[in-house]
Amino acid sequence: MRWITARRRRPLFGYAAVLLALVAVGMLYAAVTGLGGSTASAGSGSSSSQIAEGKDLFDTSCSSCHGLAAQGSSVAPSLVGAGAAAVDFQVGTGRMPLKEVGAEAAQKPPVFNQRQIYAIAAYVASLGGGPAIPTDQQVSTAGADAGNGQSLFNANCAQCHNYSGAGGALTDGKYAPALTNATNRQIYEAMLTGPEAMPVFNDETLPSADKRDIIAYITQTRSEANPGGFSLGRVGPTTEGLVAWLGGIGALVLAAMWITAKRREERSGEITDNR
Amino acid sequence: MSDNDRDNDRGLEDTPAERQPPHRVIGTPPPAPGILTDPERGDGDDGRKGTTPYGPGEAEAPELAEAPELEELPAENPNPASAKNWERVAATLFIVSALASVGFIAAYVGLEVDGDTKGNVVVATLRSNLALGSAMSLAFLAIGIGMVIWVRNIMPPVELAEERHPMASPEEDRQAFAETIIEGAEASQITKRPLLRRTLIAATLPAALAPLVLLRGLGPLPKGSLRTTVWKKGTRLLVYGTNRPITPAAFDSPGGMITVVPEGYQDNDEALAKATAIIIKMEPGQLQIPTRYNDGADGARTLLNSMNWTVDNIVAYSKICTHLGCPAALYEQTTQRILCPCHQSTFQANTGATVIFGPAPRPLPQLPIATNAQGYLVAQSDFQEPVGPSFWERG
Repeated sequence: MRWITARRRRPLFGYAAVLLALVAVGMLYAAVTGLGGSTASAGSGSSSSQIAEGKDLFDTSCSSCHGLAAQGSSVAPSLVGAGAAAVDFQVGTGRMPLKEVGAEAAQKPPVFNQRQIYAIAAYVASLGGGPAIPTDQQVSTAGADAGNGQSLFNANCAQCHNYSGAGGALTDGKYAPALTNATNRQIYEAMLTGPEAMPVFNDETLPSADKRDIIAYITQTRSEANPGGFSLGRVGPTTEGLVAWLGGIGALVLAAMWITAKRREERSGEITDNR
Repeated sequence: MSDNDRDNDRGLEDTPAERQPPHRVIGTPPPAPGILTDPERGDGDDGRKGTTPYGPGEAEAPELAEAPELEELPAENPNPASAKNWERVAATLFIVSALASVGFIAAYVGLEVDGDTKGNVVVATLRSNLALGSAMSLAFLAIGIGMVIWVRNIMPPVELAEERHPMASPEEDRQAFAETIIEGAEASQITKRPLLRRTLIAATLPAALAPLVLLRGLGPLPKGSLRTTVWKKGTRLLVYGTNRPITPAAFDSPGGMITVVPEGYQDNDEALAKATAIIIKMEPGQLQIPTRYNDGADGARTLLNSMNWTVDNIVAYSKICTHLGCPAALYEQTTQRILCPCHQSTFQANTGATVIFGPAPRPLPQLPIATNAQGYLVAQSDFQEPVGPSFWERG
């Protein structure tokens, strides 16, 4: 404390304090909006030996919560009828196996490779149907209408995931994740299976072609340039205003301090101030 | 007349500020040295006393209010070597500013944004804006920084204090003004001719009221239109965006939620602003809609929620939040909650969209649905209460 008191009146102290405050706010912001991520690749196929391999993997890694017959338990839902698409999404994005029980299963690097994921998916699908993993053609955005995708995205997705796919908060600590790292197939699977709190958008109410349009909108928006070079989280006027306010006001405060700062060395010299 | 005027006259004369030297601004405290050195101040009198010595003693007051003696500005900086260096810095900044201004012109001429631009027009506009903005900022900033350096480091260091000039007009001007007003009032005979005075006042009243009538220009009254929507018995539910009717068999995934619009109005934004709804498919057993009636001020009880208004574990609610009318459609299928993204109003969807959190004053209205002969989802009727935010006459 004495160290601070002794130096508080130095001319540079004001600048340092303002700078420190700006850096602190900036770091806080970066911590709040920090983004994690992972990716997974695509593929398809199924056979009977694959189902056997999938059952082995399921028994060792999944059955402690979901039960030996995938019937579910007090802490985990039944996977009968969940379908291959749900497995590919949950395991492929690293959400499953679950690291810890919480409001939201966090995305992390996948534990299994793609072949193992397909094996588990085939096993779960063999238990009782459910949506299949979408084909390459279903998730291709070639020829898709991003304009129609935008209107569907705004009506069905933007309220949780933000109009630019930046994600957002839900109740009790749950959140809608950002769509910045999701692959086309993962986006499709999420709509098809409704992971966690997300509603299901099945192929009857939202046909395959419309899902492709939505994916086209998400990927096209993702690749657009950020004006000024900074995305600021792409959440719109909130962060833009915050940065303009903090940065702009901070710069004005520094400039005002510089312009009006007294010149100490001359004051002690031959010319004194006015009483 | 004269009674009032005499009062004003005396008021002017009696104001303490009036008795003081004309250099003081009315409403500002007297010069600090005057208060401090005034021997009569603070002797328990009414405070006005403190200022009275200036009245008769005109001689001492002007001296106090006079600006301090002007200090001669030194012509030379005490440190010529440092001033020389700073002069170079400032001059460099001015040259930088000039170059930046030239750059601004070059960017404007060089980076054209039109149909011929190769590539994306939006990107070209962004690039042009960036170049123009950077050049202009640099031009102005360099001039400003150069000027401040000039003042701070090249001009001789001296601090000056400038006294505020008196803002009041001279005494004779104010006297003349007051006389003019009084003469005018007498010459107009406004106090002697009450007929003229009263008709003049009467003439201004309608003019003042006229703007109130302009409020009518804000549009027709909504009348009953806030109470009803375009849903009616038999209107099919279309999925918003794809405009396809839905069967319960197609909307069969528990946890499903989709926005629906009334058939025939899918492109009518004015109708959709009130009529847009969401349908939610739940697991068997999850849906527990209570039978709820409104209070019915006139005695008639209207059904507001009913399990009979659902089809096959599918329930329909208005998408318009009852707080401020935002689209409330953040549906969490794990907790069956509907959230409004604007102010976090939270509705429990499986028990009649009752409010469990947030500022919304009432549940989302439930749309009675059924299936028609072809098996499509249709409305049984309109919403049974007004959708959206409250309004005065809603009751």
